[in-house]
Amino acid sequence: MYEEVTSGSRTRRTLTVTARMLFALKLDGALVIGLALVAAYGLVVLYSASGQSLGTVIRAAAHIGMGVVAMLLLAQVSPNFLRRMSPWLYLVGIVLLVVVDGIGHIGMGAQRWLDLGLLRFQPSEIMKLAVPMMCAWFLHDRALPPSLSSLAILIALIFVPVGLVVLQPDLGTAALIAIAGSLVILMAGLQVRIIAGVAVLGGLGAWFGWAFMHDYQKKRVLTFLDPSTDRLGAGYHIIQSQIAIGSGGVFGKGWMHGSQAQLQFLPERSTDFIFAVIGEEFGFLGLALLLLLYAYVVTRALYMAVQTQDTYARLLGGCLALTFFVYVFINAGMVSGLLPVVGVPLPLVSYGGSSMVTLLAGFGILMSLYSHRKLVGS
Amino acid sequence: MLQAVRIKDHWKEQRLFERRVLVAGCFIVVLTLALIGRLYLLQVTRHSYYTELSQGNRVRTEPIPAARGLILDRNGKLLAGNQPAYQLELVPEEVPNLNGALQGLVKLGLIEADSVEELRRTIRSRRPFDSVPVVLRMSDEDVARFAVRRFEFPGLDIKTRQTRFYPEGQLGVHALGYVGAISENDLEHIDRAAYSGTALIGKLGVESAYEKQLHGGNGYREVLVNALGRSVQGLGELAPDLRTQAPAAGKDLVLSLDTNVQRVAEQALGDHRGAVVAVNPNNGDVLALASMPEFDPSLFARGITRSEYAELTDNIDKPLLNRALRGAYPSGSTIKPVVALAGLTYHVLNPDKTEFCAGTFHLPGSTRLFREGKGGKHGWVALQDAIAKSCDVYFYGLAETLGVNRIATFLAPFGYGELTGIDISGEKPGLLPTPEWKKLAFKRPADQIWFPGETINFGVGQGYLLVTPLQLAHVAGVIAGRGANFHPRLVTGLRDANGNVKPIAPVAGKRIEGVADADWDRVINGMVGAVTYGTAHVSGKNAAYSIAGKTGTAQVFTVAQNAKYNEKTVEERLRDHAWFIAFAPVEKPRIAVAVLVENGGFGATTAAPIARQVLDAYLLDADGKLKAP
Repeated sequence: MYEEVTSGSRTRRTLTVTARMLFALKLDGALVIGLALVAAYGLVVLYSASGQSLGTVIRAAAHIGMGVVAMLLLAQVSPNFLRRMSPWLYLVGIVLLVVVDGIGHIGMGAQRWLDLGLLRFQPSEIMKLAVPMMCAWFLHDRALPPSLSSLAILIALIFVPVGLVVLQPDLGTAALIAIAGSLVILMAGLQVRIIAGVAVLGGLGAWFGWAFMHDYQKKRVLTFLDPSTDRLGAGYHIIQSQIAIGSGGVFGKGWMHGSQAQLQFLPERSTDFIFAVIGEEFGFLGLALLLLLYAYVVTRALYMAVQTQDTYARLLGGCLALTFFVYVFINAGMVSGLLPVVGVPLPLVSYGGSSMVTLLAGFGILMSLYSHRKLVGS
Repeated sequence: MLQAVRIKDHWKEQRLFERRVLVAGCFIVVLTLALIGRLYLLQVTRHSYYTELSQGNRVRTEPIPAARGLILDRNGKLLAGNQPAYQLELVPEEVPNLNGALQGLVKLGLIEADSVEELRRTIRSRRPFDSVPVVLRMSDEDVARFAVRRFEFPGLDIKTRQTRFYPEGQLGVHALGYVGAISENDLEHIDRAAYSGTALIGKLGVESAYEKQLHGGNGYREVLVNALGRSVQGLGELAPDLRTQAPAAGKDLVLSLDTNVQRVAEQALGDHRGAVVAVNPNNGDVLALASMPEFDPSLFARGITRSEYAELTDNIDKPLLNRALRGAYPSGSTIKPVVALAGLTYHVLNPDKTEFCAGTFHLPGSTRLFREGKGGKHGWVALQDAIAKSCDVYFYGLAETLGVNRIATFLAPFGYGELTGIDISGEKPGLLPTPEWKKLAFKRPADQIWFPGETINFGVGQGYLLVTPLQLAHVAGVIAGRGANFHPRLVTGLRDANGNVKPIAPVAGKRIEGVADADWDRVINGMVGAVTYGTAHVSGKNAAYSIAGKTGTAQVFTVAQNAKYNEKTVEERLRDHAWFIAFAPVEKPRIAVAVLVENGGFGATTAAPIARQVLDAYLLDADGKLKAP
């Protein structure tokens, strides 16, 4: 009796202490729990996906650690400071991209990395955060929805870094940067008629482009859209990942028992195609659980964005939440054969330092925007 | 400017943002549902389909080739067996650059540059995961040379495989045939699955005709493989039930051939181009089937190079030609016993009536002169002497009396102009000419007429008539059996893995009917005369058994009307072909033989001694006494 009461009160006390600590650290408990669950799930899967490589799991945990540090630091920074720093971060990013492109030209072919001695670092990753920050900064003092002239400037702000990344060439990242920037504009209330107009123009452009394309170019586009036509080339990845997911069934083959993954039929099993490993080993239920966790994280993040009280915070927060979902959807869609294969990792689960750190840094910014909201006057 | 004065309405913007978040939320729900729908389709609806694919991914069936059946002679002596050898094999789907790999092998001296094209076509036509042999028999030096460079050749590996070897070398190659690499052409006729893992296939002779029995049934072994196709162990929990099926070894063939007789036949032919076929008239067993020159069958089993093959095909002596089955020559005088039988059976010939031979023959009302083949004159001859001394004039008259149609009708059941039905493929039917045949065979109306002179030539086995040595051995057998007719055969039994021999029954053809026993005796007596006092008496000397025989000389080119054939002045390859047919012992024949020596001149001088050696080899024991039957 006595013991139980004591342990019960101890638990309650521990929870209270933790909540206070999180509050003091400007972290959002609900979001942290969601992120922690996804990341833990990822580590469990990674152990199997890497072929029982404990080293890989430890390195992935280290990536998470680095990401958490970035998140903690950014959560402490005041949104006003972040906003003021946005254009500078953007400029630094542009300069680094130019430098990387320049080195690439002088050096050997494609270049995405900047070797800082201790760690190699991809300037295009910065742009995933810097572009929405810059767009949100630009719109912060302007009336919404954005006027046509602001729209033109925004498009230029997005196009410059995207163009530089395309030159690297890294089409996947360029597309993600463009999507992040566009999401800010959409969340800023871009008029429906403009959205519709752009959609129609895009459709017409694609139609014209198709009509004037050579046969081999058409074939290339078709292979990109439906890779299963090229069984041993582009189609190999997607065919193997569909076999992995499909053969997993409802309950999966069991942890470390996925033959597609363990016998290496599945390419890039611990990075871009880890979603298929989950599908094979944990089945439909395992994937549903993962999607549920992601949905929870996105919902919480969107809620936090809505709670913020100025334009910069809202736009940036909303954009961060939605880009997170876009990453999930693109990766899951590509691995399950809904979308063409583009190199986008599964957020917080795929093995890879840059992506992990950038994502957690983004959530750090979101927490800063959210936890400092009462301090921002309006 | 207008825009600058637009007033920022925070409350309105808050609402706007919230609406947008709501729309975004709807998009998120729709997209997530699409994703879940897709996953449901893959994991629930199509689950069994993908399970099967994943099963196929990790389990690969490796063939276990069956041991090819052995080939034994009638006494159990090994003629074709198997021997382990190093073989270089290539798995097409594991070779990133096929052309580069083949060029690399050329540089290493493992394959010849001009065989690359053909090899590549063969490789392309195989299934991508089948192991295709590239070099069939590697010497130790080849193996060493490849081993140090192996890293340059992904997808190529040295395997130890059973290959064919022929302990007697070239002996009997035209009967045995040979095995060679499976070609693009072969692949169209065989079940590819049954031949995966097998490098060799029978190409000719018994090896080809009994391919199905010799090949047996391949077994297989299921192995767990990773994505690179490498077999993996120690991942037991990923392995489903892996099955193994042991191969069913091919059947051994028991041949009718007698190695000893075969060797004697080949040695007796020596450097001549020619053929010897010996059969048992009582059941059609082929005791010897020799065609010279020969070639080495192991060249093909180890992968013949282009230059070696060219050497064989360009050889003026045509070693690849199976003269016993495919060499078609005029029969010469060997036809006379059969024509004599025709005359007796149609009752147009009085065997005891003598005719005068002055060395030449005229058709009534014609100035055309038919000569005695060998020149000279025989004087007064009756049937027995006409056969024994091979009197052409006697048979010119008989042929004229019989006429072409009766001769052809009588000859046909003996097998002239028809396949003998031997159990290996490739034999030619020869040609039994008739006026009907001539009408169809020639284009110009002037050539379509059958001339009376052609009947005269036909009666002594010249002109259009063509026979193969196998056919004449068969004819000799039919005479020996007094009309008993058996299809020649090389394989008399199949031996299974337990050593039980399942005999194959002899195949009887249609018996020659309507010939009186006395007429058989008369003709056979003529043939006995040929070997005792007639054309071939030298070859019949001191025989421990009785022999019946008949010489023949097949004209290679026609001697001009007023010219005389002089053997010495005619260039060797234009000389006549020499024939001899015989059987023995006459009372109860055990062997019938036909010998052909290309450009051998007269049958008696070159062909008959060879036949005598073959008869001796089969009938006599080591002490020179007649063996018990």
